[in-house]
Amino acid sequence: MENAGVLDPQGPVALAERTMLFNATAIMLAVILPVIILTLATAWWFRAGNAKARYLPDWEYSGRVELVVWAVPALVIMFLGGIAWIGSHQVDPYAPLVSDAQPVDVEVVSLDWKWLFIYPEQGVASVGRLTIPAGRPIRFRLTSATVMNSFLVPQLGSQIYTMAGMVTRLSLQADRPGRYPGLSAQFSGSGFSDMRFEVEAVPDREFDEWVSRTRAGPDALDQAAYAALAKPGTAEAPRAFASVSPGLFEAIVGGDGGMMGSVASTSSHAQAH
Amino acid sequence: MFGKLTWSAIPLDQPIPLAASGLAMLAGLAVLGLITWKGLWPYLWKEWITSVDHKRIGVMYVVLALVMLLRGFVDALMMRTQLAIAAGGAQGYLPPEHYDQIFSAHGTIMIFFVAMTFMVGLMNFAVPLQLGIRDVAFPVLNSVSFWLTAAGVLLVNLSLVVGEFARTGWLAYPPLSEIAYSPGVGVDYYLWSLQISGVGSLLSGINLTTTILKLRAPGMGYMRMPVFCWTALASNLLIIAAFPILTATFAMLLLDRYLGFHFFTNELGGNAMMYINLIWAWGHPEVYILILPAFGVFSEVIATFSQKPVFGYRSMVLATMAICVLSFMVWLHHFFTMGAGADVNGFFGVTTMIIAVPTGVKIFNWLFTLYGGQIRFGVPLYWALGFMVTFVVGGMTGVLLAIPPVDFVTHNSLFLVAHFHNVIIGGVLFGAFAGYTYWFPKAFGFRLHEGLGKAIFWCWFVGFYLAFMPLYALGLVGATRRMQHYPETEWQPLMIVALIGALVIAAGIVLAVVQLVVSIRQRDATRDETGDPWNGRTLEWSVPSPPPAWNFAILPEVEGRDAFWARKQGGRKHPGEPPPIAPIEMPENSMVGVVIAFFAVMLGFALVWHIGWMAASGLGGIVASGLARAWTTATTAEISTAELGEGSHRKGAPA
Repeated sequence: MENAGVLDPQGPVALAERTMLFNATAIMLAVILPVIILTLATAWWFRAGNAKARYLPDWEYSGRVELVVWAVPALVIMFLGGIAWIGSHQVDPYAPLVSDAQPVDVEVVSLDWKWLFIYPEQGVASVGRLTIPAGRPIRFRLTSATVMNSFLVPQLGSQIYTMAGMVTRLSLQADRPGRYPGLSAQFSGSGFSDMRFEVEAVPDREFDEWVSRTRAGPDALDQAAYAALAKPGTAEAPRAFASVSPGLFEAIVGGDGGMMGSVASTSSHAQAH
Repeated sequence: MFGKLTWSAIPLDQPIPLAASGLAMLAGLAVLGLITWKGLWPYLWKEWITSVDHKRIGVMYVVLALVMLLRGFVDALMMRTQLAIAAGGAQGYLPPEHYDQIFSAHGTIMIFFVAMTFMVGLMNFAVPLQLGIRDVAFPVLNSVSFWLTAAGVLLVNLSLVVGEFARTGWLAYPPLSEIAYSPGVGVDYYLWSLQISGVGSLLSGINLTTTILKLRAPGMGYMRMPVFCWTALASNLLIIAAFPILTATFAMLLLDRYLGFHFFTNELGGNAMMYINLIWAWGHPEVYILILPAFGVFSEVIATFSQKPVFGYRSMVLATMAICVLSFMVWLHHFFTMGAGADVNGFFGVTTMIIAVPTGVKIFNWLFTLYGGQIRFGVPLYWALGFMVTFVVGGMTGVLLAIPPVDFVTHNSLFLVAHFHNVIIGGVLFGAFAGYTYWFPKAFGFRLHEGLGKAIFWCWFVGFYLAFMPLYALGLVGATRRMQHYPETEWQPLMIVALIGALVIAAGIVLAVVQLVVSIRQRDATRDETGDPWNGRTLEWSVPSPPPAWNFAILPEVEGRDAFWARKQGGRKHPGEPPPIAPIEMPENSMVGVVIAFFAVMLGFALVWHIGWMAASGLGGIVASGLARAWTTATTAEISTAELGEGSHRKGAPA
């Protein structure tokens, strides 16, 4: 398959997660495959018609067997529990990625039903396409102007929920230039299926070019533009904004979108249903 | 006069819902017409609708679950068909506003009104018989519980005809389920039907828990109870502990929706994450409410068909109770992806995995129960073996999802969907069918058709793998749940395989209907004259099939585990051979259950549509019915020794 999701990691987070997936699967298969085979083999061998099988009508307890029966799952789970505990700390969405490269900050807002990406340092924004420099960590701060969504780029790794009035954080990195599909993983209403976006990872130099090109563009994300964007509907084509009202992200978190945005979005959402 | 209700609530302009509701109504009318034509109303009223016999109520629960399985499965087929078509630019035949209702209804119906209803039915039927007693602790309350469940079912199905169902998913996460984003009546139908049936579930949980704790046959100590009774105890304790959480959570959401409260809104300090925590504090125990009785069924079936006692009885009991307690300590794993932090996620990941230990112990103990057996490959054992093979796969993917970093990339994906269908179909549903086939002869006095039973099993078994293995794969390549269409055409072949799997399962469901018809027609050939068709071990097999209303004329003296098996080894076949039979008191029929349910439907419907006078009448009717019952003094009837003596057949049952 062209984009093989979790199985085709393109960054350090996704790679670590796939490794854990494979390791844990292998450990458990080593137990459950024998169990499946033993179950079927035992049932068949002890079938009523088999004269060679010994019938033990009263065999219902054996201390040794019981010990094994508790020990095997307990040991496997101790091992996997270790993976879960350590992994949870190794791949913490909130922890910064270890890297010599300068991280890029991106603010993410889920709207009905599109994704807004704000680049606070660069002062630009985009909808439907997230352009990032390959090889540099991306530090996301995320919220929602509407219902819950979940920000996920399977090939880059961890997803995180976007929730109104709250800010979640996530660090991801694309190791190589490329295009990676992104989506919302939390159902959010009738336009949910089209809430796709594309991550375009470009070489660092091209990222700067993209920023300058975007800054030279015609559209500004001012109050009117945000209010229009926040109205329910799916974005037809990715677009970019040359400038962003300062503090827009914080205003959205605060609940009013810095303008009539969120409130307007709420009532018109209702009509859209 | 009629609140929000207008003619536009009936979907005359939408062909698919209109056809569906028309079909459902025609089927309902056909059944009612047939009953009237055959003059069966007096019989149904006297023997079933007003019955407080735990066996009859158990059977009615199972019938309700099977009917709702048909409804929920039609939803499933519609979804699978949609996704098999809607690839690339295609939008399929179901627009989002229908598709979203269908997956919400599918989940709600399958969990609450199929899986749970089926399990409660099996527990109702078998637990008192296994405990060697005549009925549950509160027989009339039992009838009320059943009819409240039926009331919830009726409301859900009413939403198909009048109005709409929720478009929020089966757990109705706010803020999406708040009035601002879901202004229609769909979420209200969802909430009120589950509030009403939830009361029934809670009352049923109290009833069965009391029964198991207080009403066992003489000598039936806790450590002599059949494993199924232990799992039923654990399951009902969970119902008592968890369902009030659900009721309170829904009550808060209802206050938000009806009276402008802000528990879970985005404004005025409300926080939707509270809802997510609370709903899963109920929701995770709920999956163990479903699976534990299924584990119990498999313990009975594997022991019986291996002709051996359950291996490691004490471990089984310990494992059951460990799962019962641990199930309350894992709820956060449903939202690792909400940014709780590494310590919290790690903690709940580990507690979740710990549940795999007692579960693994059970699997091994079933394996050792098979070991040394003299195994007869009856249909219930097919389900049990199919379960063991399938469930370990579901357990494995469950542990994978419990590793927070793995969950970060698989949460809400089709991998997750495949996982919970793996444990609910491969665990609960296989358990339900095992129990259905196992106890059917006890309930009706004749066996189900064996060959068709095996065919049903193979359809479900093969169909499950065809339908859900592709979803595991699709989840790993990035497909998420609840999408109505997708641009990736390379996903389509696997979606088509999944549809074929669903069609194979559909064949299994059709065969189940055929099996029932064929078995009833051939019942004279498969009559169970002994009451013990499987060479059983526990007390339900010591009474005739079907058992008399009072189950046991004389309560059995229990001297050990597998009481009936021990008695058979000792050479005695039937209980109560040495009679000093004394007259006994049995509860009288009561119409209070069905009457309360009638008013509960009225109340729920009125609240959905904001019809004040009707809501007041419904509530008044419920209170009045309860009071009327409280003033009823003659609630039991004496069964004479003569009746007890000849009572090896059910009164009035059609031959």
